[in-house]
Amino acid sequence: MESSKNIKPLPERGSACEGNFYPETNSGSDPGMNLRIQQLRKLSVNAGHTLSIERALHETTFYKENYGKHSIPVLRALNFLDHCKKKTLYLGDDELIVGERGPQPKAVPTFPELTCHSIDDLHILNTRDQQRYTISQKDIDTYAKEVIPYWQGKTIRERIFSHVPQEWQAAYAAGLFTEFMEQRAPGHTALDGKIYRIGMLDFKKQIATEMTALDYLNDPEATDKAEELKAMDISCDAVIVFAERHAELADKLAGQENNPQRIADLKKIAETCRWVPANAPRTFHEAIQMYWFVHLGTITELNGWDAMNPGHFDQHLAPFYEAEIAAGTLTREEAKELLCCFWIKVNNHPAPPKVGITARESGTYNDFTNINIGGITSDGKNGVSEVSYIMLEVVEELHILQPGNSVHISSKTPDRFLHAACKVIRQGHGYPSLFNPDTYVVELMRQGKSLRDAREGGCSGCIEVGAFGKEAYILTGYLNVPKILEITLNNGIDPVSGKMVGIKTGNPLEFKNYEELYTAFNKQLNFIIDTKIRVSNYIDRMFAKYAPAPFLSVVIEDCISKGKDYYDGGPRYNTNYIQCTGLGTVTDSLSTLKKHVFEDQTFSMKQILDAVAKNFAGEEFLRQTIINKTPFFGNDDDNADDIALQIYQDLLTAIDGKPNIKGESFHLNMLSTTCHIYFGKVTGATPNGRFAGKSISDGTSPSHGADTHGPSAVIRSLTKLDHTMSGGTLLNQRFLPSLLKRDEDIAKLGQLVRSYFTLGGHHIQFNIVDTATLHAAQENPEDYKDLLVRMAGYSDYFNDMNADLQQEVIERTENEAF
Amino acid sequence: MQQPLIFDIKRYAINDGPGIRITIFFKGCPLSCTWCHNPESISAKPQKMYNKSKCIGCGECVKACPNQACTLSSDGIITDPKHCNLSGKCAEVCPTLATEISGYYQTIPELLKIIEKERPLFDQSGGGVTFSGGEPLLYPDYLSEILDLCDEGKIHRTIDTCGFVKTDILLGIAKQTDLFLYDLKLLDSDKHKAYTGVSNELILSNLVALAESGANIQVRIPLIKGVNSDLKNIAATASFITKLAGEKKSVNLLPYHAIATHKYQKLGANYLADNLQEPDDMNLRQAIDCFTAHNLLTIVGG
Repeated sequence: MESSKNIKPLPERGSACEGNFYPETNSGSDPGMNLRIQQLRKLSVNAGHTLSIERALHETTFYKENYGKHSIPVLRALNFLDHCKKKTLYLGDDELIVGERGPQPKAVPTFPELTCHSIDDLHILNTRDQQRYTISQKDIDTYAKEVIPYWQGKTIRERIFSHVPQEWQAAYAAGLFTEFMEQRAPGHTALDGKIYRIGMLDFKKQIATEMTALDYLNDPEATDKAEELKAMDISCDAVIVFAERHAELADKLAGQENNPQRIADLKKIAETCRWVPANAPRTFHEAIQMYWFVHLGTITELNGWDAMNPGHFDQHLAPFYEAEIAAGTLTREEAKELLCCFWIKVNNHPAPPKVGITARESGTYNDFTNINIGGITSDGKNGVSEVSYIMLEVVEELHILQPGNSVHISSKTPDRFLHAACKVIRQGHGYPSLFNPDTYVVELMRQGKSLRDAREGGCSGCIEVGAFGKEAYILTGYLNVPKILEITLNNGIDPVSGKMVGIKTGNPLEFKNYEELYTAFNKQLNFIIDTKIRVSNYIDRMFAKYAPAPFLSVVIEDCISKGKDYYDGGPRYNTNYIQCTGLGTVTDSLSTLKKHVFEDQTFSMKQILDAVAKNFAGEEFLRQTIINKTPFFGNDDDNADDIALQIYQDLLTAIDGKPNIKGESFHLNMLSTTCHIYFGKVTGATPNGRFAGKSISDGTSPSHGADTHGPSAVIRSLTKLDHTMSGGTLLNQRFLPSLLKRDEDIAKLGQLVRSYFTLGGHHIQFNIVDTATLHAAQENPEDYKDLLVRMAGYSDYFNDMNADLQQEVIERTENEAF
Repeated sequence: MQQPLIFDIKRYAINDGPGIRITIFFKGCPLSCTWCHNPESISAKPQKMYNKSKCIGCGECVKACPNQACTLSSDGIITDPKHCNLSGKCAEVCPTLATEISGYYQTIPELLKIIEKERPLFDQSGGGVTFSGGEPLLYPDYLSEILDLCDEGKIHRTIDTCGFVKTDILLGIAKQTDLFLYDLKLLDSDKHKAYTGVSNELILSNLVALAESGANIQVRIPLIKGVNSDLKNIAATASFITKLAGEKKSVNLLPYHAIATHKYQKLGANYLADNLQEPDDMNLRQAIDCFTAHNLLTIVGG
């Protein structure tokens, strides 16, 4: 790059997609394509997570002065505008893409209107071992004095908990499900391409047109719509002001700067912030900054669950890239540098801290921004561009926690792209994950999306899909399906607490056959799901009325034309999801009872239930027999897979199509994120031989280590489920590096993915096993029964090897010398 | 028809021919190579295998054995071969799979069904089925029948052979086979006999005949330091392969791994190959250079 004299570039290298990787340790510096990126990355990675009370202070002052003077949407918008005018800005050295939600990287605001942290909460956050957010005693004192007294009793969270019925409370406390919205606003939003075509000033014009067209004589909702539209208009001003303040700051810093290169950077930043988001972007740089301001706006306005996603970011940026490359105003390196800056910006924004059960089930800083790479365009063409390849390089080089990333492999996606993605997977960072548009387009259309809108959809966050820019898809919480079996086997009682949390479905010792057992399970399942949906609908309405999101509504299709908020049915599509977790664990448990109690009579129901009740103490023969001699899900064995199929079908029947408050419906997906760990902790031992407290299976993956017939058996088991009936399934697969040694092996990994997707799979993710995992496998062999060591002419299970040979494999893995 | 025993079926096999494959391992081999990675493949009969590290000492097998062949000792289960008649009762009750019987029969329709399950992967990768062992050509009738059925199903067929079989059987099966992985261990016949139990004349002449028949062949060479990695053997091997009829052959070098020893322990057999060594980088480099100099496409691994 000609413009980077003060930057020491790394030795020249080909692109990652051509297979030219270098290990981090060999670069002699932090990862990153040049000094700027190295420094920005280092700052981001090393920054401590802190709590900022600034937003809460602004908001509390604003509410004290203004509450009651305006409609709720207008109050919310004015509150947002007030904060954008006052908030401390951050513009760091080396930055090209600017703007932070907090006063510095990884400083996270609180949202007391939703959940007001107590003094105890703040102390815990400040001192706990994991996911710590530090805060000074002075700030805690201020919070105690200024913020907490005002919000006490008024937060959405307190109002929810004062309302919900007893049976919900009992089931929730037992860990049968979680509730996303009890302390964060419904989120999971991804954008389409409109913000690259029109700016905030254009949105304001659209809003003005709709205001003029309101029919106060015939439309009973006209007044409400007027207030919502007014709020949207104010929130457009808020982000324009926010950007303008950055322009002023950049100009000021340029005046104090001596380095001519940095002065030029700062002037460019000022110019960019004066143009976007007010106007549609004209350049690659402006396009990225445009998205970033919109992103910041939505996550500052409210604490939406799981941040915000740019959707098909490569497809949105490709026209700018191609035009500028052709015009000679941008080089590939400059484009990549800007993308690196963006990536690091996302990494600067951890999830706001949670409290209570929600903190237990979501133990991560990740706020789940997921960049969709590749896939298909809204008119059904291959969406891969040079920008997609650059993004893969950025992913591979930076390897930071956020943003997440996924590659989308349709039948139209070139093998070259799949291969490049598999090479990044080979690096063993656990990403990118792979998605199948050919399946999820059908999923979305089955739910009623148009073909075009479905094609523009993709994944936001983990594995759930939606119509980008046009849908509110509210994830309402996880369902602990194995726990439902646990209470079935205790006639509705939670054996962990001894409390009644379900309904009476009969004494399991009196079940005469498997069908009676299954029927009882299905009754509990329906009861728990109905209990959850009832409260989710109530919470949904609370947000629609008391915590609307006018800024988010501006950028989601049809909110302006309907004059309705994102949370109030404004978007073109409005879906609610329940995420079902632990299919593998519950299938294997039912399979155990079916085979050993009802078919072979190896053990009686009483024997197994007694063993489960005492967490298998002294029952190693029984437990080992179950683990090793039961058909388990993930081995292409119909004896187990048919059970999984029936559970999946009954989950669908119980959830799919249940009405939500917006005249649309609930659907299921099979997501777990990190919740399978929390659910495992609150679930006693299960009949499949799993000990109490251990994780349940994730997503639709087989139970840990239960899949002993290799990946082809796993994908066949998984695709016996009709993925198009869900809003997403999840499959994690472990691979030893020895399976991915040669280029040819990497191609075969791609072919495995193609096979899975041809069979209708929705998502697959590969974790390349490292030596730490192998050590863990030595400690807990049962959880790693699937680890297969392969070389030409020889293969064996890692667990079957003696300690010396395991050590040998570990050393080979370390040296990647298979 | 002589029914083969199968001792293993590997799905997602990526080292046994083109694409993603399923590999069927037949039990029984005319050779007994010192370095054999799959010692249970040598005997054509069922064998009891016992993995001490998995045994929880529950003693159920002792109770279950109809012939009182098992005893529980401080060193795990000891099986008295004089009394064991391979009833399999011990494996049936063993909760941890520490005791297993290696070798089971599979009817041809059942085996075909298992192979068919992998079809989506064959379609995507250009893979297919590989018959390995042991020595699959010990069971020509069974093999011939399943090969024909695979052909009807348009499934690519590979046979991994040691070459020590009757020539007419080999050439007969060749008509039904898409690719041979042909093992070539040592060119010196005496050494061959010392390490594998048989001399190599038949193996070499079969390879010549197979090449003349127009079969598609990849030559596989397990590379073992101190046995066959010396330049003399490599050069002789390369020169031999170069002279084979038909299209130029490619060569797969399979560096020896001292990693199969526990399988010998499971069989209660002694591992005779303690003195064998893995080839070092220089051995490998030399071999690759030599084959490449003979214009042979050389691949390390699969």
